[in-house]
Amino acid sequence: MNLSRRTFLQVTATAVGGLTMSACSPRSATALAASENTPWVFVRIEPGKPVVIGARGAEIGQGVKTSLPMLIAEELDLLWNQVKVEQLPYGLIAADNEQGIAGKYGGQGAGGSTNIPDGWTELRQVGAKLRHMLIEAAARRWQLETSRLTTLSGQVLSDQGRSLGYGELAAEAALLPIPSEDLKLKSPDQFNIIGKPTPVADCRDIVTGQSEYGIDSDVDGALTAVIARCPYFEGDIAMFDDTAAREIPGVRDVVRIPAPDPEQGLVMNLAAGVAVVADDTWSALKGREALDIAWRPGPWANDSTDAFASVAYKALDGNGEIAREDGNFDRAKESAAQTITADYFNPFLAHCTMEPQNALIDLREDSALLIGSLQSPGGASRMINAMTGIDRLNISIRMPRVGGGFGRRLENDFVAEAVHIAQAVGKPIKLVWMREDDMQHDWYRPSGAHRLTAILDDQNQLTGWSHRCAASDRRFRLPARAGSPSWLACLDPDAFPAGCVDNYRAEHTPLDFGLARGWWRGPLPTFVAFPIESFIDEVALASGQDPLELRLNLLGEPRELSYDGHGGPIFHTGRLADVLKKAAQEIGYGRTLADGHGIGLAAHFVFGGYTAHAMEVSVQNGRPVIHRCVCVVDVGLAVNPLGVEAQMMSGTIDGLSTAMNLEITVKDGRIEQTNFPNYPVMRMAQAPDVEVHILDTGFTPSGAGEMGIPTAAPALTNAIFAATGQRIRRLPIARQLG
Amino acid sequence: MTVRFRLNGSPVAFDGAGDMPLLWYLRDHAKLTGTKFGCGIASCGACTVHVDGRATRSCQAPVASLEGRSVTTIEGLADGDTLDAVQQAWIDEDVPQCGYCQAGQIMAASELLQRVTDPDDDDIAAITNICRCGTYPRIRKAIKRAALLRKAAAS
Repeated sequence: MNLSRRTFLQVTATAVGGLTMSACSPRSATALAASENTPWVFVRIEPGKPVVIGARGAEIGQGVKTSLPMLIAEELDLLWNQVKVEQLPYGLIAADNEQGIAGKYGGQGAGGSTNIPDGWTELRQVGAKLRHMLIEAAARRWQLETSRLTTLSGQVLSDQGRSLGYGELAAEAALLPIPSEDLKLKSPDQFNIIGKPTPVADCRDIVTGQSEYGIDSDVDGALTAVIARCPYFEGDIAMFDDTAAREIPGVRDVVRIPAPDPEQGLVMNLAAGVAVVADDTWSALKGREALDIAWRPGPWANDSTDAFASVAYKALDGNGEIAREDGNFDRAKESAAQTITADYFNPFLAHCTMEPQNALIDLREDSALLIGSLQSPGGASRMINAMTGIDRLNISIRMPRVGGGFGRRLENDFVAEAVHIAQAVGKPIKLVWMREDDMQHDWYRPSGAHRLTAILDDQNQLTGWSHRCAASDRRFRLPARAGSPSWLACLDPDAFPAGCVDNYRAEHTPLDFGLARGWWRGPLPTFVAFPIESFIDEVALASGQDPLELRLNLLGEPRELSYDGHGGPIFHTGRLADVLKKAAQEIGYGRTLADGHGIGLAAHFVFGGYTAHAMEVSVQNGRPVIHRCVCVVDVGLAVNPLGVEAQMMSGTIDGLSTAMNLEITVKDGRIEQTNFPNYPVMRMAQAPDVEVHILDTGFTPSGAGEMGIPTAAPALTNAIFAATGQRIRRLPIARQLG
Repeated sequence: MTVRFRLNGSPVAFDGAGDMPLLWYLRDHAKLTGTKFGCGIASCGACTVHVDGRATRSCQAPVASLEGRSVTTIEGLADGDTLDAVQQAWIDEDVPQCGYCQAGQIMAASELLQRVTDPDDDDIAAITNICRCGTYPRIRKAIKRAALLRKAAAS
């Protein structure tokens, strides 16, 4: 997500005596006088009104609509209750670069938990520069040196006791030059907003039903569309008859959606289909029901996930592509006193966002408007441009609240469908997916098998570790990923205990399977933490060691190891040890437990953050019962602890829900799951309370959205083992506990 | 045939398709989009509204079944600017993440509190609405807080 940072500040007076920091063309004289490479964000200051701070990020539930404006407000030296947050649209401006455009507000996507680390310095500088200008305006008004002025709670103060509110200074500040150099920022002990628990900025709108989501959008004359899609991967329409569908009252049109071009791969929509366009959703659904379609199964028509699993396990017997080799694992194995090995399996998963996919598109001759629930508005902009030729500067994208992302909306296949229908019909189109559409036409989390092997010498020291993975290839039908390593999002060559064991090998065998694959919340960490953290427990128990002690011994002295993956370049062993120790302490690790109870631990480095889970579990009637669930996280400096706590609860419950219950299966080339009854996302009755502990380590903040999920599953299965002696090596747990 | 019922206190008439689920009437015709679509089969509860005071999954309630009844949606829960205790508790406990399911959660919780003034965890576990973000721990706290707020308001 390397959106250009070449953006520009411009400050202009507003009609009512305020100022607006706004974007401008870098080709204009004022812009060139302004500082280059300065992130731009919308701030509006007017007399007698709250300061409006624009939220640039895609709010998918991870809290950036609150946390990003907090960064600006802090350096602007406001009280949080003086701020009104407004969602910004996706913004592009013309720029003197290769693409000719740049992000008006900087990065606006949501993926990889990067919003906070990306905005950390950028957005605080925006606030600091504006504060500097307000001080300068007061200095001129009062004929005082700026060194005699300071700010407090939205006012500029002089050392002689004079004060002026920002609103009163805004008009004068608007005429001043913007500082071109980065300014000195507050030290953490000066923070009044950052680090303070801050509620969701637009919570009242949500609880009163006023908050707009993509699916709630409307424009004059828009028609509603639903699509019947081919259920077979790479299948097509053999024939269809829309006579009956067109007779349904309210149905206005029927549009054939072409199958993806096999040469190009999945660059637009996922599947062939037939769209029914109607006055309202119900008419469209009845029209879809009335379609007579025969599907032509594609090349995967005989495939099943059962067969895939057999292939994956079998592939573990052969060598894979080497992703990392330290020392000499084979030689270490020859002199092993003990060799321990175990196989694990991760299923395919659907994202199942609470708000199904949707897109409203209004295409005009030279312009377009898109309103949708998006994680990658930039991708949507490029998609519309590629399909219509409309200049990206003339494509407006509104970014309402998003009813869950989890990585699903990093893809824009639904935007492509909406554009296709709108082009055919010539009217604004609101495309809505039903739950069944969403579950059966996803970009699924890959599935695969893992074989872990540990070597112990005659001193009972771990001298070798091998992680062999065979997983569905993340590059499948995605030509843009052709240059990525085959183990993308399936094998983490640098994951602990890499760097902590002398002889270490990571290898991968990519496998074919028909499903489209995508990013799924904490893609790589969630995929590998289950096998790695389960296996560390297995090694400990097989070699007569305590699982906590073995982990701490392996992590060793606090030190920095290099980490090439997302969240690197540094993995700090001491930070992982600290979250683990805290989790063990909070759960009372080692205490005497009730009969049938067990405690399990797991810890993992996740995209720059460090998480540990500790759970106390028993098994009753074949189901795990979680008596206590502790989650400890180190995201460095927690910008909004209330939001970080929410994300840890969320990730934990997502991880438990998935580990216990969820799996996408394929039979005869079709997805078997259709809706919540056969994809049973966790409900209240199963959900534990989560005791969240945020370690205040003061490091540069990482994100938080994905940190809570990867360790939930292995902590649970380790606890199940501790409670019952039954080792879960394949997810979901489902009915394995008998 | 025209169906007449009350919607958030006001009389409404609808002479469209009687088999149209209340959910789509609310969203597409009454333009009340606070009630959300989640599954279409009355499984997830995102579309929960009150029909004659009872929590009802509007995606499976045909408009024709509403003749003479009274429907309350999330938009009609507050008394003007004064929030319902459940809404206030949701803000106090900072429940929403993506927020999409929360209208349905609030309507379900509001009905629970009508029946059970002092709900425990088992009472709350009877709410089967899905929250994909996993806000359940804070929902539990918020429902208990709302119960206290209601008691305080009544005394």
